[in-house]
Amino acid sequence: MTHPGEHLLKLSGVSKHFGGLAALSGVSLHIKRGEIYGLIGPNGAGKTTLFNILTGLYQLDGGSFSFAGTSFSCCKPHLLAQAGIARTFQNIRLFPNMTALENIMVGRHLRTHSGIWAALTRHAAARREEREIAQRALELLRYVGIHRHSHTLAKNLSYGEQRRLEIARALATEPKLLALDEPAAGMNATETESLRVLLQTIRNSGVTVLLIEHDVKLIMGLCDRVAVLDYGKKIAEGVPAEVRNDPAVIAAYIGGGT
Amino acid sequence: MRNVPDFLRPNKRNAWLAFVALGLLLLVLPFATDALLGRGWVRIVDFALLYIMLALGLNIVVGYAGLLDLGYVAFFAVGAYTYALLGSPQFGLHLPFWIVLPIGATLACIFGALLGAPTLKLRGDYLAIVTLGFGEIIRIFLNNLNAPLNITNGPQGISQIDAIRVAEFSLGRSQELFGITLPSVHLHYYLFLALTLLVIFISLRLQDSRIGRAWMAIREDEVAASAMGINTRNIKLLAFAMGATFGGVAGGLFAGFQGFVSPESFSLMESIMILCMVVLGGMGNIGGVVLGGVLLVVLPEALRNGAGPVQQVLFGKTLIDPESLRMLLFGVALIVVMLWRPAGLWPSSQRQRELEAHDGEAQQEQDTVYDASR
Ligand SMILES: Nc1ncnc2c1ncn2[C@@H]1O[C@H](COP(=O)(O)OP(=O)(O)OP(=O)(O)O)[C@@H](O)[C@H]1O
Ligand SMILES: [Mg+2]
Repeated sequence: MTHPGEHLLKLSGVSKHFGGLAALSGVSLHIKRGEIYGLIGPNGAGKTTLFNILTGLYQLDGGSFSFAGTSFSCCKPHLLAQAGIARTFQNIRLFPNMTALENIMVGRHLRTHSGIWAALTRHAAARREEREIAQRALELLRYVGIHRHSHTLAKNLSYGEQRRLEIARALATEPKLLALDEPAAGMNATETESLRVLLQTIRNSGVTVLLIEHDVKLIMGLCDRVAVLDYGKKIAEGVPAEVRNDPAVIAAYIGGGT
Repeated sequence: MRNVPDFLRPNKRNAWLAFVALGLLLLVLPFATDALLGRGWVRIVDFALLYIMLALGLNIVVGYAGLLDLGYVAFFAVGAYTYALLGSPQFGLHLPFWIVLPIGATLACIFGALLGAPTLKLRGDYLAIVTLGFGEIIRIFLNNLNAPLNITNGPQGISQIDAIRVAEFSLGRSQELFGITLPSVHLHYYLFLALTLLVIFISLRLQDSRIGRAWMAIREDEVAASAMGINTRNIKLLAFAMGATFGGVAGGLFAGFQGFVSPESFSLMESIMILCMVVLGGMGNIGGVVLGGVLLVVLPEALRNGAGPVQQVLFGKTLIDPESLRMLLFGVALIVVMLWRPAGLWPSSQRQRELEAHDGEAQQEQDTVYDASR
C-alpha cells in the first residue's frame, strides 16, 4: 500500500495572509503516496485555507508546494485538478439543480474530450465517450452507495448523501490525492462509520487521502499520520497516538496556544 | 434514462403524429396567416422567427451558462451591419448572401469573445452592467461612424440593402415554385424557419453534451466547477461566442429581409426584450424560449392592431393611444407571469423537478411536524 519514501505532496514554507492575519505561516509537510493523512486543529487554524491553496482557489504568498514531482507556486484550479488533486468542500458545493448523476458526469469533464463538433454531430466516438461518462458516473454512484438517487437533484439529497455525492464527483476526476474537508461534519454515528469504511476502500484503491476532520475517533481510527495546525502554524506531526499526547496539541485545544 | 432513443418509448406513435402535424402546420402557416389575417401578419411571423433565433442564442449565455448579458443586441447589430455594408450601394459592394452571412456570424462570434474576455471575472450584477455598456458602445459607434469617414451613414442608417439571393433566386420578389406563387414574405418565412430549426437542433445537442454540462456547472457553482477541472475561462468564452454567433446570423437575415438598418433598431430596449423572451418563456428550456419569442412578438402586434378598434367599440372613441397601452399591458403581463410562474411559462424539466421537489420537501416537513405532534 504505502511506498515508503515516495512523496506525493510536499509543502515547503507555505504562507498565506489576509490583511494582517496570517492564516498560514511557513507550513511544511510531506504526504506519502497511499496514506491517509489527517489535518486537524482548532477553528480558524488555517486548514481550509491550505486546501484552497492546494486546489488553486487561493494563491499562496510565500513558499511553494510540489505535487507528483511538479512544482506549483501559483496555479489555476483546473490545472491542479488536471494534475490530480480533487477535493470536497467544508460547506458542500454541489451543482444543486443538476441530478446526482449529472454532478458526477461533470467530474468526468477533465478526463474526456468531446467539444462542440462532437456535441453537434454525435459521431461514433462522441457517442461512445458520452456512454462511458454516464457509465462511469453510475459506477461511482454505486461505489459511494447512492445509486438509488441517480436522478434526484443534488439539492434534494440528504446531508449525508450530499457528502457522498461530493466524494463521488471528486473521484470522477481520477485524482491521485483526494482532499476531504470535514466529510463527517453533521453526520450521525452510523453515517460516520460507513464513511470510515468508504474512505478505507478509497485508500485501498490506491488514492491518497488528505483529511480535515474534527471527529477525533475518525481521525484516530483512520489516519496513518496526522498534522496539527494552530494559528496557521504546524505545531505537531506524527502517528495519531503520539500526536494526541503531545503537550503543544493539548494546549492548543484547551485554548492555551500561542 | 435520458439517452434512450425515441423509438423505444411506448408513446412513439403519438409523438410521431404530433411531429407530422406540427410540420404540416409550420408548412402552411404563411398561407393560413395570409388568408386569415393579411400579408402584414406573415411579416410579423417572419420577425417572430428572427427573435426566436436571437432568444435561443441568448439562452445559451443566460440560460445555460448563467451569464447575465444585457448587451446581446450588439451581436445582432454586428451581423446586420456586416450584411448592410457588404451588400448595399453604401460601398458599392454586392457580395452574395451566402458569403456575407457567414462573415457576419464570424464577426459576431469574435465580438462575443471580445466582450467575454474582460468580463470573465465578473458575476451577476457587475456582468450585467458591463454587457449593457458594451451594447450601448456598439450602438453609439454605429450612430457616429459617419464622420470624418462615412462608414455606417450614422443615424440615417443604410438603405437599399440587397435582398437575400442565391444565384438568380432572389427572396426579394415573388417566385413561382411547383406551380405555386410564393410572395417574398413567404419565401423569407421558409428560410427563417429552416435556420430557426437548425438553431433549435444545435441548442438541443449542446444541452445534452459535455460542453452543455460544463456550462450548467458554471451556472450552478463556478468555484466548484473550476475545482472539478473545468477551464471556466474557455468554457465561458465559448458560451459568449456561440450565443453571439446566433445573434450575428439573425442580424444578417434581418438586414436582408428589412432592406434597411439603422442604429435605432439596436437599442437597449431590444436587448431587454430578448432577455424577457428567455426569462418569460422559461430560462434554459428551448420550448419555453421559443414560446417566449412567439408571445413577445405576436402579442404586442396584436395589441397594436387590436387596441384601437376595441376601444372604439367599447367607448366610441380611442381613450388611450394604442402604443402606450401596448407598453402598459406588456409591463403588467410581465409582472403577472413572474408572480404566477417565477420559473417562466414553460420551465425546463429541471426547474420543474426543482419546484416539484420543493413541494415534496414542504410535504416532508409537514409530515415531520405531524409526527412530532403525535
Ligand atoms: N477569504 C478570506 N478572507 C479573509 N480571511 C480569511 C479568508 N479565508 C480564511 N480567512 C481567515 O483565515 C483563518 C483560517 O481560516 P480557515 O477557514 O482556513 O480555518 P479552518 O482551520 O478551516 O477552520 P474551521 O475548522 O472553522 O473550518 C480564519 O481566521 C479565517 O477567518
Ligand atoms: Mg475549515
